[in-house]
Amino acid sequence: MLKLEHISKTFNKGTINEKKALCGLNLHLKPGDFVTVIGGNGAGKSTMLNAVAGVWPVDEGRIILDGKDITALPEHKRAGLIGRVFQDPMMGTAPNMQVEENLALALRRGQRRGLRWGVTAEEKEQYRELLKPLGLGLEDRMSAKVGLLSGGQRQALTLLMASLKKPKLLLLDEHTAALDPATAGKVLELSDKIVEDDNLTAMMITHNMSDAIRHGNRLIMMNEGNVILDISGEEKQHLTKHELMDMFASLSGVQIDNDQVLLTK
Amino acid sequence: MSMEAYFASLSLLKLLKNIPGGIAQGLIWGLMALGIYITFRILDVADLTVDGSFTLGGAVTVMLILAGCPAWLALIVAVLAGILAGFCTGILHTKFGIPIILAGILTQFSLYSINLRIMGMAANKAVSVDKFNLLLSSRNISAAIWMGFFLSLVLVLVLYWYFGTEQGSAMRSTGNNPNMSSALGINISTMKILGLGLSNGIVALSGGLMAQFQGFSDINMGRGAIVIGLAAVIIGEVLGRGLLGKHLNFLGTFVFTVIGGIIYYLVVIVVLWLRLNSNDLKLFTAVIVALFLAIPYLREQSKSSFKKLKKRGAEQNA
Repeated sequence: MLKLEHISKTFNKGTINEKKALCGLNLHLKPGDFVTVIGGNGAGKSTMLNAVAGVWPVDEGRIILDGKDITALPEHKRAGLIGRVFQDPMMGTAPNMQVEENLALALRRGQRRGLRWGVTAEEKEQYRELLKPLGLGLEDRMSAKVGLLSGGQRQALTLLMASLKKPKLLLLDEHTAALDPATAGKVLELSDKIVEDDNLTAMMITHNMSDAIRHGNRLIMMNEGNVILDISGEEKQHLTKHELMDMFASLSGVQIDNDQVLLTK
Repeated sequence: MSMEAYFASLSLLKLLKNIPGGIAQGLIWGLMALGIYITFRILDVADLTVDGSFTLGGAVTVMLILAGCPAWLALIVAVLAGILAGFCTGILHTKFGIPIILAGILTQFSLYSINLRIMGMAANKAVSVDKFNLLLSSRNISAAIWMGFFLSLVLVLVLYWYFGTEQGSAMRSTGNNPNMSSALGINISTMKILGLGLSNGIVALSGGLMAQFQGFSDINMGRGAIVIGLAAVIIGEVLGRGLLGKHLNFLGTFVFTVIGGIIYYLVVIVVLWLRLNSNDLKLFTAVIVALFLAIPYLREQSKSSFKKLKKRGAEQNA
């Protein structure tokens, strides 16, 4: 479904702040893969997701999504294929617009936006039905400004928006890091459900090792702009947090005394 | 002159006589404020092109009418010219990475020369309502008010419709959250260029109407247009929120923006009636706009500020 071939990206090239964020990264996702991504700060996790999303052009390599070479497509032209949820709950929604308006924007992800009406009556019914199972009461606040919602509500809404028009690939960039544990749990549950129901291919960055093990069918660990560990299937199911920490230490050469150091919780 | 003599010299009748003219001009400024609203509130940028595009609208309209073109057609060409000016600012900003304020200033600055050229190197050009068939004129105030009212109504409805469409929604989300908009496949550069074009087209329309109303175009007629437009937008918002509160919807916002323009110009009429120096008008307007922009910020500050904490600390320690 997604093929990353030898992707490299260096920020601030030729300056004192030069940072090699991705160094010849290769990754191949099969349809239906739900990959959790872990790694220390600066390992290149978010950079990889941003490269796939097309936030900026990569220096080298090719990105192939659903059999289509998207390397040269700018962000807004890839958007039709990719759904995204960001770490900051403020990032994924337009605060001054209504809940239903936000959903309507998301429903037209990647489509030409013409002079047809922005939100139709049938859509509103559809949104109401989709919001109900969230159990957040948003179905009764469809015309409320999104800025009035809590972080957890906004993140749940963003998740719904990312999957409203079924994406080829769902990118979750630490989307629960800014939420309290209870809300984070709910949003993760919702993420699992959406990926499963729609049979999506997804990548989820997390700093939480237990979450990385518990969710998805495949786990990759990144370090210095490359994938250093790739576990899937049975092996991943039986993985423990301690094994994972030991692997991280031996593979990255960074000794960690406890999991608070680099990979918190 | 004693205070008494000053007040005795003020004739209420004279003020009343000037009010209809004030409403007519206020409607024209209110139309312009609708354009400013698009950039200032919807795209969330301060576009300084407008001082130039207002004059551009006036210059194009007058020169075309003088050349024998029907007034309505002249206005349409003026709108197109304004749209081009907005596109220019938008392209400087999005394609060449120039900060929006500077991009607007550059376009506005260059428009001074362009406007002079359009007017055949003259600083002003008269167009007499006696010789030409104008859409409105200060000679017939009531007709001018009707024309202003009609055009405002049409524009308010058109904008209300547009910002409810898919494209209009995309423009609103671009101003509200550009990151999200990109992620949802909206080309935010295109949206900004389009929005700036739309805004300056409306401003040029207003300039073309003003030139006909006053019977001439002047190279300086757009000076300070941005501040007047902001004043109208802000007066409209304050009034709209005050009267309708939470019920102030998109349509209401547009209506009150036009009303803001009218109120602004009525205040100007009163100031002139009081025989305050009309040269002080710009200072007066700037102070009003600064005040209204500052009030929401200060109100927020008064809820929670370090100064307040310091005061509380001092009280507790005492």
